[in-house]
Amino acid sequence: MSRAAIATRDEPAGAPTPPTISLRRVTMTRVRPTGEHVVAFEDLTFDVERGEFLCLIGPSGCGKTSTLSVIAGLERPTSGEVLVDARPVSGPGPDRAVLFQEPALFPWLSVRGNVDLALRFAGVPDAERDERAATWIARMGIEGSAALQPHELSTGMRQRAALARALACDPPILLGDEPFGALDALARERLQDIVQRVRVERAGRTTFVFATHNVREAVLLADRVLVMSAAPGTLLEEFRIDAPRPRTLDDVLVARVVSEIHDLLIGEVEEP
Amino acid sequence: MRRWIRELVPPVVGIAVLIAVWAMIAAVTTTPSIPSPAQVWTALREGIADGSIPEATWKTLLRLAFSFLAALVIGTGIGLLLAASEPVRRGVRPIVVALLTTPFVAWVPLAVIWFGVTERAVVFVAVAGSFPAVAIATLQAIRQVPPLYVRAGRTLGATGWDLQRSIVFPAALPAYMVGVQQAWGFAWKALMAGELIVPASGATGLGHLLDRSGDVASILAVVAVIAVIGVAVDYFVVGTIDRRIRARRGLLTTT
Repeated sequence: MSRAAIATRDEPAGAPTPPTISLRRVTMTRVRPTGEHVVAFEDLTFDVERGEFLCLIGPSGCGKTSTLSVIAGLERPTSGEVLVDARPVSGPGPDRAVLFQEPALFPWLSVRGNVDLALRFAGVPDAERDERAATWIARMGIEGSAALQPHELSTGMRQRAALARALACDPPILLGDEPFGALDALARERLQDIVQRVRVERAGRTTFVFATHNVREAVLLADRVLVMSAAPGTLLEEFRIDAPRPRTLDDVLVARVVSEIHDLLIGEVEEP
Repeated sequence: MRRWIRELVPPVVGIAVLIAVWAMIAAVTTTPSIPSPAQVWTALREGIADGSIPEATWKTLLRLAFSFLAALVIGTGIGLLLAASEPVRRGVRPIVVALLTTPFVAWVPLAVIWFGVTERAVVFVAVAGSFPAVAIATLQAIRQVPPLYVRAGRTLGATGWDLQRSIVFPAALPAYMVGVQQAWGFAWKALMAGELIVPASGATGLGHLLDRSGDVASILAVVAVIAVIGVAVDYFVVGTIDRRIRARRGLLTTT
């Protein structure tokens, strides 16, 4: 694999299990309505191992969202190969749950209805759905709001409901497209705690790929952070974070990696 | 209680002002073609007492319900076809838009040739006058569904018909209701035009009554009934359904 393309700060640990997600020289070019071609990201090659938590970080417009979009199967890359469990991605599917920046709950259904619908799409039999929905809603700490419509919830609660909807289906892969980007600081912290907990609980069972522009968030959550360049996005560097969980921003290792990535990104944004 | 007062006072004041202005005009002119509100009120009471207005109202409402239901079925079907296929949309949409902009009365001669001077001709005019609005509303509603919901649905594993039924249709519902509200108004106007112009023998309806009324006061009494039905259906039937759907989704702006 072409890890040589990435400057590696720490040697990756040996990976006996096959990667769940592989991107091979993936490029995505968009055509604007004006006919102009814009490269969203270019020549991306990386693997995500089973159970790993990967964060993609980079300046706005570096193609993080597009990268997640091709893994989710919502968009097709212009060239290159995207493999999930060694099979090319041909479209979206319930094996890859997605948390969007907006909670994307269906406004005509209650919180419970949203989770139930997702379970139905995932083919969970009727008899099991009620209990599973209730379990995940309770785990996200929003059991008091199960019967409410999404618009009656705060943004943070909505994103928790969206997380319940995504996790209830027991997805092998959870993709997050800046899922906490629109939240206030407190709600964001709360969600980060929940995701850290989920990461520990589901160790080895769920693979996470999150895009974020928040360096602290990336370092708190991820086993590995890929730093992307300004548009058109390419991989700049890779950071491995082995700090024990749950992490806080006060951890020395966390703080050190945060400042390193920060410096790197500042340089990237300031370059002409 | 207070909310009721706030909602009721402005329209009541509006109607009172209208009647006052009308009464003044009727008082200063002496021509019999402008009856006073009192005369129209008397004509209305007489029309209700002799049973002609209640019977005509009932028949008209039945016709309206039937015509509008037919328009909803036909229009929604065509709208779904338009939304489903790009070639169909390109080919058929201009025709539907042409029908949408055709004045209702233009259908009357055709209706009479096809169906004769009958009840069916009247219903035809009402359906022809309103189904294009439903079709266009359906198409627009489906095309305006936020892509985020469709993307979310697809990543949850929804495909094909299930995606349409469980995500696209419910997401399109508020915009569809806006179109339905407009289309019902079209159906109502077209029905009145049909009833007025097609003097179906033996048929009764508010439009027919309008045609047969001898004096201006009786005509105005029927016009008042038509107006009240229009407002009542719009507010209490279509409006209530629309408000429920919007309230459930937090789309209602509370004032």
